[in-house]
Amino acid sequence: MAEVNTDQGNSGGKHNKRRAKKASTKIDMTPMVDLAFLLLTFFVLTSTFNKPKAMELAFPKEDVDSTKNIKVNNALTILLGGEDNIYYYYGEFYPENNVKKATPTVLNKTNYAIDGLHELLLEKNKSTVDEIDIVKERFQAREISDSTYKELVTMAKKKKGALTVLVKANERATYKNVIDVIDELNICNIGKYAVVEPMKQELALMAGMQKTNE
Amino acid sequence: MAKSSASKSSPSLDMTPMVDLAFLLVTFFMLTATSRIKEPAIIDPPSSIADKILPHNVMLISIDKEGKAFYNFNNALVRTKALEKMGKKYDVSFTEQEKATFATMTSFGIPMSQLKEYINMSKEKRDKVISPGIPADSLNNELSDWIHYGRMEEARQAKGNKEQIEDAGGEFVREPLRFAIKADAKTKYADVKKIIKIFTSKDIFRFNLITNLEQGEEEELD
Repeated sequence: MAEVNTDQGNSGGKHNKRRAKKASTKIDMTPMVDLAFLLLTFFVLTSTFNKPKAMELAFPKEDVDSTKNIKVNNALTILLGGEDNIYYYYGEFYPENNVKKATPTVLNKTNYAIDGLHELLLEKNKSTVDEIDIVKERFQAREISDSTYKELVTMAKKKKGALTVLVKANERATYKNVIDVIDELNICNIGKYAVVEPMKQELALMAGMQKTNE
Repeated sequence: MAKSSASKSSPSLDMTPMVDLAFLLVTFFMLTATSRIKEPAIIDPPSSIADKILPHNVMLISIDKEGKAFYNFNNALVRTKALEKMGKKYDVSFTEQEKATFATMTSFGIPMSQLKEYINMSKEKRDKVISPGIPADSLNNELSDWIHYGRMEEARQAKGNKEQIEDAGGEFVREPLRFAIKADAKTKYADVKKIIKIFTSKDIFRFNLITNLEQGEEEELD
């Protein structure tokens, strides 16, 4: 690696004379370079460039009556339980023996994998996803401008009748579960979603599901 | 000529450009490096595809695995002012020295009753303290007060800056205050919800949830 000038081996009067003559202004930079690279390596390895990233999310104003259901069209409700369990139902919630005589809501189980929640959301949100795909194609073919593209995508996401997702977590769900779901909603181009309080009946239904699974 | 040059050729080469470059890089990395700020609790947030960089003017509430809350405000002046107000409310008086120390501190999770003692510790000792978290119960809600005073003092400072800049004939652009929540992936959502409820009861509904950047799902990103 680094070489050090070792002239000590050649001794003798003649040599001394020659060395004096040859003395130059050059200095051995090897140790300095070694140090410089050591420092460089240290700083390169320790420096992290990641600035904290943040996800923006708005929470709804607190609803005192948690038994009251929020009426929305085309709604998908995702219920998060402990141990990474995740359930969903589509449409309105019907408890057993309800006034409308509709079939009581049954929860379906899914998971956080690509073929679970992701597939489900894409399928339920198909009209919006297709619409965005068309807009994207037009954008890539340079038919529309950058700003129009963004506008059209937001419009498609927020349009009336687009899928609305309600995320409800029970006591045992972790923060990661919630973030994962919201992240998946963003990935699947769902513009209308909210994290809300679960209803008592929903919690009971979920507890029942979890018990049967155990 | 050819013979002499052949005999003189040595394995050493001119390292000056390399050294120049090496030092340039060293200088660059040294100047850009910011030492990792020591946090009182290790919090490993979950990852997401969100790529928005956290704004500067931010009030940060961290929540660790056990649901303990930590409070931080980047702006040192606002921190000190909020401390004064908190001291007044909870009957703790702080000396100028203590305020100055507090201004340099990062996020903390100490109740008001122990805060004075905590500030007066040496830095090394402070790092070793196991923080009990800022109380956020309905009966003793210090966190709510911290949020309240932090927000109030920030608004006051912004107003002061505005007047100052506009008097000088400049145009004041205010970066709005944001509320960030940083929670560990394993934190129970119920604990996070408790903190969010404190905010929503103060009519703050929009949050920046700090997440790590997701890796390895590029095909999903488009």
